Amino acid sequence: MSEPLPTPVPEVTPETAAFWSATADGTLLLPRCERCDTVIWYPRSFCPACGSLETTWFPASGLGSVYSFTIIRRGAAPYDRSVPYIVAYVELAEGPRVLTNVVECEPDEVEVGMAVEVVFHDTGEGPALYRFRPLRR
Amino acid sequence: MTIRGKAHIVGAYEHPARRLPDSTLPRIHAEVITGALADAGLMLSDVDGFFCDSTVGFGPISMVEYLGLHVGYVDSTEIGGSSYVAHVGHAATAIAEGKCSIALVSLAGIATLGGGGRPGRAFPEGPFENIWGLTGPVSNYAIAARRHMYEFGTTSAQLAEIKVAASLHAQHNPNALLQDPVTVEEVLDSPMIADPLHRFDCCVVTDGGGAVVVARSEVARDLARPSVKVLGHGEAVKHTDNGRVDLTYSGAVWSGARAFAEAGIGPADVDYASIYDSFTITVLECIEDLGFCEKGKGGTFVLDGALVAPGGRLPFNTDGGGLCNNHPGNRGGMTKIIEAVRQLRGETHPAVQVPDCALAIAHGTGGSLSTRMGSATLVLGRDDA
Ligand SMILES: [Zn+2]
Repeated sequence: MSEPLPTPVPEVTPETAAFWSATADGTLLLPRCERCDTVIWYPRSFCPACGSLETTWFPASGLGSVYSFTIIRRGAAPYDRSVPYIVAYVELAEGPRVLTNVVECEPDEVEVGMAVEVVFHDTGEGPALYRFRPLRR
Repeated sequence: MTIRGKAHIVGAYEHPARRLPDSTLPRIHAEVITGALADAGLMLSDVDGFFCDSTVGFGPISMVEYLGLHVGYVDSTEIGGSSYVAHVGHAATAIAEGKCSIALVSLAGIATLGGGGRPGRAFPEGPFENIWGLTGPVSNYAIAARRHMYEFGTTSAQLAEIKVAASLHAQHNPNALLQDPVTVEEVLDSPMIADPLHRFDCCVVTDGGGAVVVARSEVARDLARPSVKVLGHGEAVKHTDNGRVDLTYSGAVWSGARAFAEAGIGPADVDYASIYDSFTITVLECIEDLGFCEKGKGGTFVLDGALVAPGGRLPFNTDGGGLCNNHPGNRGGMTKIIEAVRQLRGETHPAVQVPDCALAIAHGTGGSLSTRMGSATLVLGRDDA
């Protein structure tokens, strides 16, 4: 029986501190350009669509769908005891495709196009990890 | 300005070893550079341009000193394993501009030292990508393969054909790490590493390296060995495009088009192709992106021995490629150039030599297929092409 996924602590920088502190409260924040409204990913304080240095944060819906995925059968520490597990691109309802884990889902159940919702896994050191599970209706 | 025909590859050398645990990167550079210069019939003191990656110290600063060179032009463009393909293009450009006359492009790799960036470098995307248990490149490339399968119906058996072709070539290369031909079934039966990629979908991990000498055409004319013309070069960075990444294509769509345009030829004119093969999916996407078939049709294109030399529709990686022969320091661009040079000189093993090989490409994909990559393409021609 494999172990639950580990919760490695992400590196927090001045540009991403707000993002990670919101995860601790169970909120997935996304940056948006103040000039052209483009939703930005990965989080940064610069808009690659128009070149603006003015960005703001807004809460995402937490909904999305699987764009693509892999099932890791041979992991490296600290993930080595959690195989098999799923790494996926989830396409958020707001547009960006983000790398993440799909959890609460057997590896043979994951599919491209599957609807998912965000869950947060506390790292115990401030930030929580945004992962996704199959959407339960 | 065009570089078409202004510079030639006049010397090439691939390190024969695949395991060099007691060597160092500078020492491997010195060995392959000595080999490439001897192949060209030139001396270290003839060299006035130097190109390498940034895995040794300050790149060219450290290596130019180690080698005792005095050069007027250096470049250490870092786009992963495709760097050396770009370096040849940059060397040809510098030569065409009169900045140097005889340039060395060198790669040294020791796999255990890693092929990525130096530790401590800032990767702004890193915190959003390195916490999910992606196990190095294989899982990253697997995500691209899955999407390609989803959109176009590509199958694992089709990907396996790429490995089979490489293995059929590698049996004729006495230096190849893996010299036994494999079947589609053996690829599919090899352990699944990261769905849908099996162990045999992955390249070998080796030490070693290689070097080429790029020179002005006037220099090439006076040398005894046949030379190879640089006809065109293109490069590109494809990235996640603000989170709207499309995993079904690579940067080859741009680098290939640029290289072909400069050379004034098209994919149908290519006699032999060196295509970066970190994984089978890397080859499949690039075959489509370079224009050898329609997007999405790569899976059927590779069937029926299409990639097998000498008679296939697109003979590729006749040294066995990264999948079977050599992938020094996890960087496969240099060996792609060297095998294209061998083909154009008619010097490969007779079993894999493409008859009357006049036009070839060497294509590199550095970085990661599912996130960001540097792509570089060279069009090379036989001296009379
Ligand atoms: Zn903007």
